[in-house]
Amino acid sequence: MDKKRNGKRFNFRLVFQGLWALITNSYLTGFLQGKIYQGKLKNICLPGLNCYSCPGALGSCPVGALQSSLSSRGSKISLYVSGFLIFVGAVMGRYVCGWLCPFGLIQDLLNKIPFPKKLRTFKGDRLLRKLKYVILLLFVILLPMVAVDMTGLGDPWFCKYICPAGTLEGGVPLVLLNSALRETVGFLYTWKILLLALTVILSVIIYRPFCKYICPLGAIYSFFNKISVFKITLDKEKCVGCGKCERTCKMNVNPCKNPDSAECIRCRECIYACPTGALKDNFSSLSVRKDGK
Amino acid sequence: MKADKKRIIGFAVALVGAAMMAFGVADNEHREVFEKAVRICLECIGIG
Repeated sequence: MDKKRNGKRFNFRLVFQGLWALITNSYLTGFLQGKIYQGKLKNICLPGLNCYSCPGALGSCPVGALQSSLSSRGSKISLYVSGFLIFVGAVMGRYVCGWLCPFGLIQDLLNKIPFPKKLRTFKGDRLLRKLKYVILLLFVILLPMVAVDMTGLGDPWFCKYICPAGTLEGGVPLVLLNSALRETVGFLYTWKILLLALTVILSVIIYRPFCKYICPLGAIYSFFNKISVFKITLDKEKCVGCGKCERTCKMNVNPCKNPDSAECIRCRECIYACPTGALKDNFSSLSVRKDGK
Repeated sequence: MKADKKRIIGFAVALVGAAMMAFGVADNEHREVFEKAVRICLECIGIG
């Protein structure tokens, strides 16, 4: 029963993620002509990691926009972009990762591919989770501000040297569709394709490795998980300590001990797994369970 | 910290974020995002 219910709920999330990714990347002309959308919607940032050079992207990537402002002359901190990140983080926290990130969806799908030995955790897993904060500080904030050329312009270091989402969503389709771009491919492109390939392979073996260890956007939203308006809560009186929620969690969080952990992407699997209805979130009242809990 | 207190802080921080966005829009910062986003970002796709 539980399994059946979990399966149904997971499919709903997958459908939701898929629809969101389709709607926010629905500029079909871009895919047909190897160009990108240039309309007014690009003024707006999207909450997830969605490269603005994806041929279908209708909105802007907040990490790219943040680096762009920091790497400009005078390293201006954009109130618009930082305010957007604070607003989205304070309202939703990492619900964005679980429900609204196209690259999260891609990793979810890749992890469905069967593999003889899926890795749930490993030695150093906890420590490696801190890497995303180092990447945020170093590659998204400091290096674009500090490492500037003679004209005072910096590079978007994370986008340029790390981001596999940009390679997959923008680099691969544009290079395939646009012959002018194809002729300019060099070492950097090869490096980014290698990183993308590594991310793809690891995503089959480990659940969401990019989100766990690398993503600076997830790192930003994780700061807000404890205070976000929408969140998962635990009713300690109803909790029987069965551990089902912890065993279900693919991000290796224990919702009984820390329901608003910084690592929680709010996929809601723990809510579905809880046999007593001790775990709830703001959307629980919308989904009435058959057993009434 | 109690859940209600956390939620109030969440609302307050969301308001601060919304206010920052509004100030940013008033300062035409969204135009800078637009200018960057409508050109193919060569760095992002691994060319530049």
